This record gives sequence, C-alpha cells and structure tokens, in this order.
Amino acid sequence: MRHIAIETGADGVAVLTLNNSDESMNVVSDDWLGEMDAAIAQLRDDAAVTGVVITSGKKAFMAGADLKQMVDASARLTKREAYDFSQQATAMHRALETMGKPVACAMNGLALGGGFELALACHYRVLADDPRAVVGLPEVNVGLLPGSGGTQRLARMIGVEAALDLLLTGRSLSPADALKAKVVDELAPADCVVAAARAWLATSPDAVRKWDVKGYAAPEQRMMIIPEVAMGFSVAVAKVADKAGYNLPAAPAILSAVFEGIQLPFDKALSVESKYFAKLLTDPVARNIIRTTFISKQAAEKGARRPAGVPKATFTKVGVLGAGMMGAGIALVAAQAGIDVVLIDRDTATASKGKGYSEKVLGKLVARGTMAGDKVDEILARITPTADFALLEGCQMVIEAVFEDVAIKAETTRKAEAVLPADAIFATNTSTLPITQLAEASAHPGQFIGTHFFSPVDRMGLVEIIMGKKTAPETLAKAMDFVAQVRKTPIVVNDSRGFYTSRVFRMMIFEGVAMLEDGVEPARIENAAKSAGFPVGPLALLDEVTMELPVKILEDAAGEQGNTYTIEKGMSVLKRMIALGRGSRKAGGGFYDYPAGAPKHLWKGLAEEFPNARQQPPHEDLKSRFLYAQANETANCMAEGVIETAEDGDLGAIYGWGFPAWTGGTLSFIDTIGIAGFVREADRLAQLYGARFAPSAWLRERATKSAGFYPSPKL
Amino acid sequence: MHDVYIYDHVRTPRGRGRPDGSLHEIPAVELVTQLLEAVRYRSGLDTALLDDVVIGCAQPVGEQGGVLARAAVLNAGYSDTVAGQQVHRFCGSGLEAVNNIAGQVASGMAMAGIGGGVESMSRTIMGYDSGAWVADPRVALNNYYVPQGIGADLIATLEGYSRTDVDAYAAESQRRAAQAWDEDRFARSIVPVRDVIGEVVLDNDEFRRPGTTVESLGALKPAFSGMAGMGFGRVVRERYPQVEEIDHVHTGGNSSGIVDGSGVVLLGNAEFGKAAGLKPRARMRSWASTGSEQTIMLTAPVAVAHKALKNAGMTKGEIDLWELNEAFASVVLRFMNHMEVDHDLINVNGGAIAMGHPLGATGAMILGTVLDELERRGLSTAMTLLCVGNGMGTAAIIERV
Repeated sequence: MRHIAIETGADGVAVLTLNNSDESMNVVSDDWLGEMDAAIAQLRDDAAVTGVVITSGKKAFMAGADLKQMVDASARLTKREAYDFSQQATAMHRALETMGKPVACAMNGLALGGGFELALACHYRVLADDPRAVVGLPEVNVGLLPGSGGTQRLARMIGVEAALDLLLTGRSLSPADALKAKVVDELAPADCVVAAARAWLATSPDAVRKWDVKGYAAPEQRMMIIPEVAMGFSVAVAKVADKAGYNLPAAPAILSAVFEGIQLPFDKALSVESKYFAKLLTDPVARNIIRTTFISKQAAEKGARRPAGVPKATFTKVGVLGAGMMGAGIALVAAQAGIDVVLIDRDTATASKGKGYSEKVLGKLVARGTMAGDKVDEILARITPTADFALLEGCQMVIEAVFEDVAIKAETTRKAEAVLPADAIFATNTSTLPITQLAEASAHPGQFIGTHFFSPVDRMGLVEIIMGKKTAPETLAKAMDFVAQVRKTPIVVNDSRGFYTSRVFRMMIFEGVAMLEDGVEPARIENAAKSAGFPVGPLALLDEVTMELPVKILEDAAGEQGNTYTIEKGMSVLKRMIALGRGSRKAGGGFYDYPAGAPKHLWKGLAEEFPNARQQPPHEDLKSRFLYAQANETANCMAEGVIETAEDGDLGAIYGWGFPAWTGGTLSFIDTIGIAGFVREADRLAQLYGARFAPSAWLRERATKSAGFYPSPKL
Repeated sequence: MHDVYIYDHVRTPRGRGRPDGSLHEIPAVELVTQLLEAVRYRSGLDTALLDDVVIGCAQPVGEQGGVLARAAVLNAGYSDTVAGQQVHRFCGSGLEAVNNIAGQVASGMAMAGIGGGVESMSRTIMGYDSGAWVADPRVALNNYYVPQGIGADLIATLEGYSRTDVDAYAAESQRRAAQAWDEDRFARSIVPVRDVIGEVVLDNDEFRRPGTTVESLGALKPAFSGMAGMGFGRVVRERYPQVEEIDHVHTGGNSSGIVDGSGVVLLGNAEFGKAAGLKPRARMRSWASTGSEQTIMLTAPVAVAHKALKNAGMTKGEIDLWELNEAFASVVLRFMNHMEVDHDLINVNGGAIAMGHPLGATGAMILGTVLDELERRGLSTAMTLLCVGNGMGTAAIIERV
C-alpha cells in the first residue's frame, strides 16, 4: 500500500497511518479509497485486532479531495456516475464504522473536508491541541457538499441546527471550539493524540454508533410535526437565499440533504446525500468556482505567467512614491512581507500620514489579538516616510502611486530614476493610464511596468500587471516575484486604456447608467445586479467611486487613436448627476441618499430626473445585461490581445471587480452558457439594448468552431 | 346541474384566540357539535336527509385532525348515515367546504349537506401543520415562500398604501363592527357557546375594540419587519425587483385578529327543502377558486372574483354587497382599487380586523353574515371571497330567493 501503513501491536491495537506517497498532504483519491477498503477488510478479519487508531504521518491529519480531479469529474461524469463515485467513498466510511471494532481517530493536525469526514466516521475523535489543527467541512465554499456521510453524521452528532451552521458557512473550528461544539471528543498535545486514542480503546468501548442502535430516532426526525423545527427550516431557507442568492446551488443542496436525510434511516440518508452530491458535482457552478478560485488562482500565484529562465528576485528594499490610499496600502503589504520601504510624498508629514495607515491596520490586529505588539513595531520600523528622493538609493524597485495624471507621473518618474540603481524596475500603479505612454518619461522603458493594485490594498488579493510596449520579460518576471513576495495573485495583461479590469468594470457601472437613461426603475437596476450575483449594484458603486472619475477617464481617453474606453449610453445621466451636485457619496449623496443614522436609500429625485419607462424590461434581461456586457467586453479584450489567457480574464473578473463567483469569471461564463448560445443571446441583447452587446467577428468565428475558452474534458 | 339552496346558517361568536379567551376551554369539535345541534334544533331537521358534513380547517392536525367533521356528526347525535369530510384550503377552507357541498348537490350525487369551518386558534399553533411549502428547502426555495404578513406589506408597498391608509381602513372596520353589534345585525346567526354544565361562556365577538381610532392604531409597532430581516426581504426582491425596501405598514391593529370560532351552512336541493319542510333563503349562483403569484400571496381575490362572476354569467354591477375577508387591510384596499368596488358596499358590518379571523371557519361565517345583511337591506346578490395562503383565492356568489 502506498498511502497507508498498518502496524498491529501485541495489545491488539492496530495503528493505521495515513501517509500519501505522492503528495505533501493526505488527500482523498481513488487509490487511497482502494487501499482503505482493503485495510478495513483486513482489520475486520484479523482476529488479533481488537481496536484501531487512525492517524497521519504528515504534519496535517488530512485535507479534502483533489480539486483537480473534481473539475475533471464535473464535466466527465453523468449524474448517475457521480452518484456511484460518491457512494464508493461513502461505502468505505460506512464499512469503517460498522466493522464491529472500535476505531479512534487521532488527528495530529488539521482535518478538513474529506479528512474530517473520515474522522466523523470513527467512533472516537482526539484532536491535537494546536491552533493550526483546525477541523471543518468547507465544501460549501467550492460549490459542493460534505459527502461520505459528512452532512448526515454531523447532523446526528450535534443536532440539525448546530450542524447546519457549520455546513452552510463551511467555517473551520479551532481545537477548543471543536471540543465545545462536540465534533471532537478529546484534545491532547499533538504528540500524544495516538496515546490518547489508545487510552480510549483500553476502556473496551462500544463499536456501534448511536444511529445503528435499533430504535434510534434523531430528535428532529419528526420535524414536520414540530412547528418550531419546521419554521426553523423556513427561516434557514430564507437565510440561504439571502446569503447565496439563487445562483449558488450548494447551500440549498446541503439544507435539503440534512432536511431529507434526518427523516430517513441512516443508509437511505447516505444515499440521498450522494444524490445531492452528484447534482452539485455535475453542475457547472462547482466546476466554475473550483477552477477559477482554486486551480487557476494557485497556478497564477505559483507563476503560471512568469517568463521562464529569469532568476528569481528577492526584494529587500523598495520605494513607494505617493503616500495616498494606494501608496500607503502598498507600503503596508511590502513591509509585512519583510521588505524595507521608502515611502515618499511631497513632505514628510504627508508621507507619515501614509505610514499612519499601517499603524491603524496593524493596531487593529493587535487589538484583536492576532498579532503581537513587537511584531507590529518590527513591521512599522521598515517603513521610512520622507520627502527626500535621495533615500531611494539602493531600492530594487519603485512603485509609483501618485495622482492619476500623466504629467505628474512623468515628473515623479524622472526624479526617482535620477537616484535609482540602473537595474531597478519601475512599476506604476495606475488603474487606467496607458503604460506605454507613461514609460516615455523613463530612461529605461524596458524596466518600466504597470502594477495595478486594488483598494484597499491590504484586503484585495489581485494585482493586474500591465506590460508596456517596451517592457522586457525580465521586468515582468521581477514584478511577479514582488507580487508573490507580498502574497498577491497576479494576472498579466497588455497595455490599453483601462487595461483589462478597469476597461471591463466600466461595463458594470455604465450598464447601470444606461438602464437609468432607458427609464428603468432604479431599484430594478440594483436588484437585478444583486440577483445576478454581484455584491453591490452599479448605482451604489458609482456613488462610492464618484461619477467624476469615469467621466474624467472618458474625457482623457476621448482623443486617443483606437480608444476603447468609451460609453455607449448613460453619459447624460452621469453629467446630469454631477451638475446636480450629486456625483458621489462624498458629495453628500448621489444616486442614494445617506441619512445620518439610517440605511441609505435611493434618492427620490431620480424618478423626476430620469422618468421611469411605462414598460419595464424583464428582470432576466436586466440580469443578462450586466453579465453579457462584461463577458462580451472581456472577449473583446482577448480578441485584441489585452488579455492572453482565459485564466487571467477570469481571475481578474472575480478578484478585480467582484464578477459573480458562480460564473467562474467572464470567460468561464461564456463557456457555461455555451459559446454559440452566448453569441445568440448577445445578438438579441444588442438588438434590444445597444451595440455594446454585439459579439466581435472574432467571437463569432470561435462560436462557429465551438471553441470555448477552456479545454473540454477528455471523455 | 341542480340548483343549490342555502337553508340556514349559524355561527359561534368569536373568542380571543389566547388562553384568556372565552372559548379557550372549548375544543374545536365541540364548537362544531354545538352548531350542528343548533341547525337541527332550529329547523327541526331529520338529519338522515343529509348526505355529508364538510368542515374546513386550516390546521387539521391534533384535536382538529382525524376528520373532525365525522366526529362532530356523531358527537351531535346526527344520523350515522351522514358522512364527514375535512377540507383544507388554508383561510379559504370554510367557504371551500360550503362550495364542496354545493358541488355534490349540483351534480346530483347528494341531496343535502352542511358545509362549514372551525378553528380554535387558542388551542393550536399557527403553522402547526407546517407543510412542504414552507419547510422543505427544495420546495420553499422554488416557491419563493415568504410569510404572508410580508406579502400584505408588499401589497401596500407596490400600491402605495401608507400606514395611515391601512389604519384608516382598520378603524372603519372597528366602527362598522361596533355599529352592527349595537344594532343586533348578527342576531339571527349567532349561537352562544356553552360549557360542560350548559352555561353560556360567550355570546358576542369579544375581540372587538370599539372606539379604535387612526391615532390609537398609529401607536402600534409593525408586525412583520423582523421577518424581512431574516432573509425573506431578499426572496421578495428576487420576485419583485422594483422594490427597494418593503414598507412595513401592517400591525396587530390593521391585520385580522387571532380568534376561536366556527360557522356552518345548511345546503340542499329543492327536493330536500320540500322533504325537510324548509324554505330556501338563497341560491348559490356560482363558486370558484384560483391561484395567483405566491410570494405576494394575497392578491388572488381579484382574479377569483372575475372567475366567480364568469361562472355565474354575471357582471360586477349585479353584485349588491361584497364580503372579502379582512386578512390584512391592504388586501381589501387593493381589491377595492382594482375591482373598483365602493367601500360602502364591502364588508359593511366590519370584518376580521375588528372581530377576528378564525382561519378555517371564516369563509362559512362571512357567507352567512352577508346573507343576513342582504335580507336586512332587502337586497339580492352578494359575493363572498377570501385570499388564501400560498397565493390562492376562493369565492362564492349567492342570490336571495
């Protein structure tokens, strides 16, 4: 056996050690399941074995399933095959808990997903008393449910309500919380978990779970005639709808698996759980979420787009020019990554104010007890606020984050380069200004690159790296090394007004004002966006980013040759709002009013300014307009070479501007609809609502060849 | 089709649906039993002439379950040949029971029967029978279920009814109910409820609050805003995206009261009248049930009114009086607006806001109430209708003979 080892002692206790030969972590795989089946049969039939301890030879006990395998299975399997796949793992767990010998799980480290499902199938659980040894069932967050009996055992062990809380949030528990929640039976030091498990076995414990005792009924089994329990479910449904909307099928499936399963005998319940698992696994939503938010994200962070052959750079000193919100945030994440930061602004006081942001953020961590005070001092000591460009001497890299103005940026570039070492790279943090144009101010355009961080920098994980026309591959490699060092997710795009993320994000906010110009009731606009899965509606977004900002970008871009940063409809709305002095929340109110001490609400004057059309478009059309406008613009970006890979497009969409996770991103959305179907619907929308929806010739060509953006799985 | 006639109607007074209510000690089956005894006594009825007794109930579980109708038939000492049946159409149950008997008689498969309803809300829990539509996640999510109080508030939001609008309606309901009681307009139908030793425990609708004003109602807190916060608000916006926030105008004071009570109607064909020596009071012109959008839940009265009119071959103008259950003030306001029915012609003696809504019983009660009123005013036709849970509506049109 390659992934497990069994050692039976003279005392009759067999220790089964999980130790995956191929991976650094124990994971659920077909091979492992086969070995477990064989091991369980062997332990069951070996008369010398009186009890079993399951532990791990790795630091962690066990993680969940191999997510790559899940993505592959998602498209390859029929529902029936997915059910069989789930039942196979379920049967192994069931065989373990019914083999007639007590099994104690000695979790020496974290146990998540499939790892914790294994623990739940044992008769006793000991967990290492180590803060890193968290346990939980996070499957809901990847669009799946905890199979192998996870939903059923947890609900019977700790009750439906407590189980649903864990299953629907997917949150993990610290050892102390796990003990309190009764999902583990005992805590012990990591090197004593096996001894503790043995001690329990020495008490000659029962090897029968309570649900296998004749006459067992879960307290909630008769739930439908207990009004409070039934009503509790009706509220749980609404909460799921509120949190997940109607686009994410995992939470409702978990709710149903528990609701239906708790009323059934255990084996029937396991079968129903597998059926819901099969539905989720074969639903494109799970595939979309896993592919983009796990597989593509990890690949990007490991340097999928990094040019090969360039030695890895490690940064020890960088300069940040401009101590405004962006510069202050970049200084913070760099200092946290152990890099010395020279933070420059027009005077030391202003620069110090930028450092103050770090003090504020880190201070909160201390207050919450998640960071020690001396650690904070160490980080803050790395940031030197100054107005003196001379201090940039010796910096390996500069990130410029001054005001979004070509002239100011050019002047800053020249001042910095005068001091910088010749091999330093110069990164400009801009959200829209063309890098090639900004690079004209540089003496070394090959070392000039765009790094578009998102606000607030310490919380937003994405960095959009923009290649200017003259940017050298070495510079890209170094910039990616920096992004990796500050633990962000990079995407790589080519130069154009607004690059990729700002260019497509504009379709979100511009669609909102286009609808308003069309006479759509404002609440319908905001609700349609939320209904499609966006966290915030476009009108609320515009109030936050200010309407002046997109107008300025539009005006700046207007004269450029081949300008792609345009607005088809809605400019009159933006201009009117600005003229009314309602250009933003900052201005005291925009599309919304912000009464003190009460929730914001849509400004009543909107109906007068932009009269509602008598005939309102269907809700589904409004939802589609948001999704299609952005997806189509992403396809345009790919056609023009602004983005080069589907993964970059989708990561940018999800992490850059909050495109709904259920889609897996803008291009994944096109694949989910099917490229031919997408083109058909986009044509319909173009006819009804404007040319921005019309697919490019490039996309039509792809559609005729059914060439989606991700490879079809091998059947 | 045989003509179906109404020969008699009786109801109990309505008791507050709480442990301190006068009917709390009286089980539901006893309320029905006393009414069946009253029907027999008032008409000197040979109960063997009846084919069926159908009793509607919105919580037909526990002591209200197990075909309460048949238990009441035997308990009242009716002929054991009289069958019993339980129907459940939520708040429309009592009227649906009447319509059920009407259908049996019209088809010629039965000669006579009693239809009615009962609900002892003080002795059961609202939502006692739960059901898949609210609790089964797979169903509730697809049904876009929200509690009906939110539906009532949603009607007000969409139609633009202010708190004052709904409170003004409620105050008028109280005023009309007070006047009706002062003038003994319900006297013909009320059967006081007696206890084990035969003493009267209740002889009037004790839920009423005469003297209620818009101002006094204005002090009450919204009843359903908390539920919207539980996530139901999001469900509403999925179905009604034009709504930014629901305006929670309904309170305990402008919604129907929680009460105990029962009502029954004696129906039969002409032959039955002759055999029993009874004169018909009215004819059932038509009856109907229908469905409408379920999240808002309470807007089907308009559609079912049109359906009942069509079934009767009548027009709106031919209806002299309207009786629409006052589940919530907004339900009636919306009906008046959309059907263009004058407030002077609807719920003329007040309704459930003032006197209470014993869920499954109400339909049978208000059918009798409007019949009494037609006779008092010397008018001819009336429509009785109710909004019904999960987006349904039930109606019946009667005409005096």
